[in-house]
Amino acid sequence: MHIVVCVKQVPDTKIIKINPKTNTLDRRSAPAILNPYDSHAVQAAVSMKNDSSDTVSVLSMGPPQATAVIKKSVEIGADQGYLITDRAFAGADTLATSYALSKALEKIKEDKPIDIIICGKHAIDGDTGQVGPGIARRLDIPPITNVIEIVEVNEKEKTVLLKRKLSDGYELIQSSMPCLLTVEKEVNEVEYSPLPNMIRAARFEPIIWSVDDLGEVDRKQLGLKGSPTIVGKMFTPPKEEGGKRIEGTVDEQVAKLLEVLAEKKELFTKEISR
Amino acid sequence: MLDNRGVWVFIEQNDNQIAGVSLELLGAGRKLADKLEVPLAGVLLGDGVKGLCNTVIEYGADEVYVIDDPVLKNYRTETYMAGVYKLCQMYKPEIFLYGATPNGKDLASAVATDLSTGLTADTTMLDVEPESRLLEASRPAFGGNIMATILCKKHRPQMATVRPKVMKALSPDQSRTGRVIEEKIGIKEEDVRTKVMKIVRDVNKKVNLADAHVIVAGGKGLGDEKGFALIHELADVLGATVGASRDVVEAGWIGHEYQVGQTGETVTPKLYFAIGISGAIQHVVGMKNSEMIIAINKDPNATIFDVATYGIVGDALEILPKLIEQFRNAQKEKGDEVSYV
Ligand SMILES: Cc1cc2nc3c(=O)[nH]c(=O)nc-3n(C[C@H](O)[C@H](O)[C@H](O)COP(=O)(O)OP(=O)(O)OC[C@H]3O[C@@H](n4cnc5c(N)ncnc54)[C@H](O)[C@@H]3O)c2cc1C
Ligand SMILES: Cc1cc2nc3c(=O)[nH]c(=O)nc-3n(C[C@H](O)[C@H](O)[C@H](O)COP(=O)(O)OP(=O)(O)OC[C@H]3O[C@@H](n4cnc5c(N)ncnc54)[C@H](O)[C@@H]3O)c2cc1C
Repeated sequence: MHIVVCVKQVPDTKIIKINPKTNTLDRRSAPAILNPYDSHAVQAAVSMKNDSSDTVSVLSMGPPQATAVIKKSVEIGADQGYLITDRAFAGADTLATSYALSKALEKIKEDKPIDIIICGKHAIDGDTGQVGPGIARRLDIPPITNVIEIVEVNEKEKTVLLKRKLSDGYELIQSSMPCLLTVEKEVNEVEYSPLPNMIRAARFEPIIWSVDDLGEVDRKQLGLKGSPTIVGKMFTPPKEEGGKRIEGTVDEQVAKLLEVLAEKKELFTKEISR
Repeated sequence: MLDNRGVWVFIEQNDNQIAGVSLELLGAGRKLADKLEVPLAGVLLGDGVKGLCNTVIEYGADEVYVIDDPVLKNYRTETYMAGVYKLCQMYKPEIFLYGATPNGKDLASAVATDLSTGLTADTTMLDVEPESRLLEASRPAFGGNIMATILCKKHRPQMATVRPKVMKALSPDQSRTGRVIEEKIGIKEEDVRTKVMKIVRDVNKKVNLADAHVIVAGGKGLGDEKGFALIHELADVLGATVGASRDVVEAGWIGHEYQVGQTGETVTPKLYFAIGISGAIQHVVGMKNSEMIIAINKDPNATIFDVATYGIVGDALEILPKLIEQFRNAQKEKGDEVSYV
């Protein structure tokens, strides 16, 4: 089996700082990390491997520094890594991103056919979740999004059985392979990397491709040029008025708060008398 | 290509029940359609769903495009996208909105790819510029109190997924009339590569934030897990549901299913307590439409106070134990009923 995982390098949004004057990101303040959902995706792929004939490859689009997330994926257990990097990719929205990634996937497929592609549910920076289904459509394979459990991979029948999260529960889906999954964090725990993986990762060099390496590519569909959406403007939402302040000592504040809540009494009786 | 006309809303249904977000989008779509002076249409796919057309019209649609076929019984990307794609090719809408639910996002992403058009994700504000006919779909941008307005200038339809519970549905009007347009899907079951084996609806979901009347939500300001226990205690005496900010979830004080905000649940309770929560935009978009918001925060300039109905500047670790105690006393006096007045 050949499983390919798409991995994105993202700024760690937990640490990122905002310049309060300009309302822009201070990118230097945020270290670049492997998109957390993608580490679950790599782990899921690694867990599907049965023997040494199975291969897990990872693919990333980004600047040369994105090599770091490929190395990180090797730590988790990926065997092969591909980075597509070119100025022509810059400024891509999700449509142009899925186009570029699908072109790379087609090239990877020439070497070894792909059975399953796995993406994260979303990237924590762009946060759209649109790239995975986009890739699936371009390669004409079924996408199964929001996967919370990989129940069974049947290599003989070429089918997978998956649990997919819904707004109000889950569904059990069977899909033929090849297919594309996007995974939620619930799908697994990312295991602690064994030492041999760490050593391999430290020395690992991914295969690096530019646009010219990708074969037949319509440049008009890449990067900013190939992106139908643009950011029109950034703005701080109109400040809301804000309501009353409850002032005084702690005891006075608590007393006043109780008065306010008294007006909403019906809410609590209703909920408490369950 | 830019001759496309009409505002469309994808009507998501599960077991032939229309999703709340679809009705909300009919309300939002109505405003856009009126501004552009074009009809508003609902797009309805499913098995045995024709009977729902009236509801779609009552909630604001002028037209309903419907594809009713057994192959569409359960949502599947392959079949639904084929149907929606076909309708778009035939009738060429200029704006197309979907609920930002798992199925809505999945469908919209697939359809946008096949139509080679733009898709704005998780929109929380919608407007349209009548002159240029451009949809202005705004979403919180990463890291801070900023919104980004995304435009799709040269491709049609202009598509967006919209967060549930941020738009308002119209009151249904039974006197409204509309046109129903039926089409065929033309896909056989044996040609579909995915099968839905089973659907498990979580009716007794432990955490049901979306339907809660009262939510007591806590943030990093509670200091540690021990401090956060006060949130559970207050929720317990009030009979309320617990909520949390993302930072609390990431700290591991509580599970992700309790998270309120952009990447958690959107909630609209009658009463929302935001305690030790700073009020980052990603949190606020998920709770600002609550009927009453009570914020407790040490920092008088915390942005949470901008959306609060009542703001208390103070130390939650001091205020909460007292508040809990007062409620407990009130409960003791009156047995099970809370009557602290
Ligand atoms: C504030 C902001 C708002 C934006 N809004 C929109 C919008 O509304 N619509 C739109 O089309 N674009 C939007 N973009 C652009 C979008 O972020 C980029 O296109 C980005 O390259 C991919 O989208 P994403 O980060 O949302 O990825 P997602 O679709 O959330 O990513 C899902 C998965 O796809 C895979 N993946 C994504 N990117 C890569 C990559 N570079 N390499 C390898 N695998 C990858 C990963 O497995 C990832 O987990 C926005 C960008 C910003 C900064
Ligand atoms: C892409 C993205 C998506 C996100 N999605 C979400 C989301 O869905 N939901 C969400 O909540 N966040 C989300 N966030 C994170 C968000 O930006 C904030 O980081 C987060 O909401 C902050 O959590 P907090 O308010 O608990 O913590 P902090 O920002 O650390 O705030 C703690 C507050 O507590 C106050 N405080 C401290 N001590 C006390 C005390 N003793 N008594 C009273 N007050 C006290 C402080 O003054 C401060 O205001 C997202 C971020 C990104 C980048």
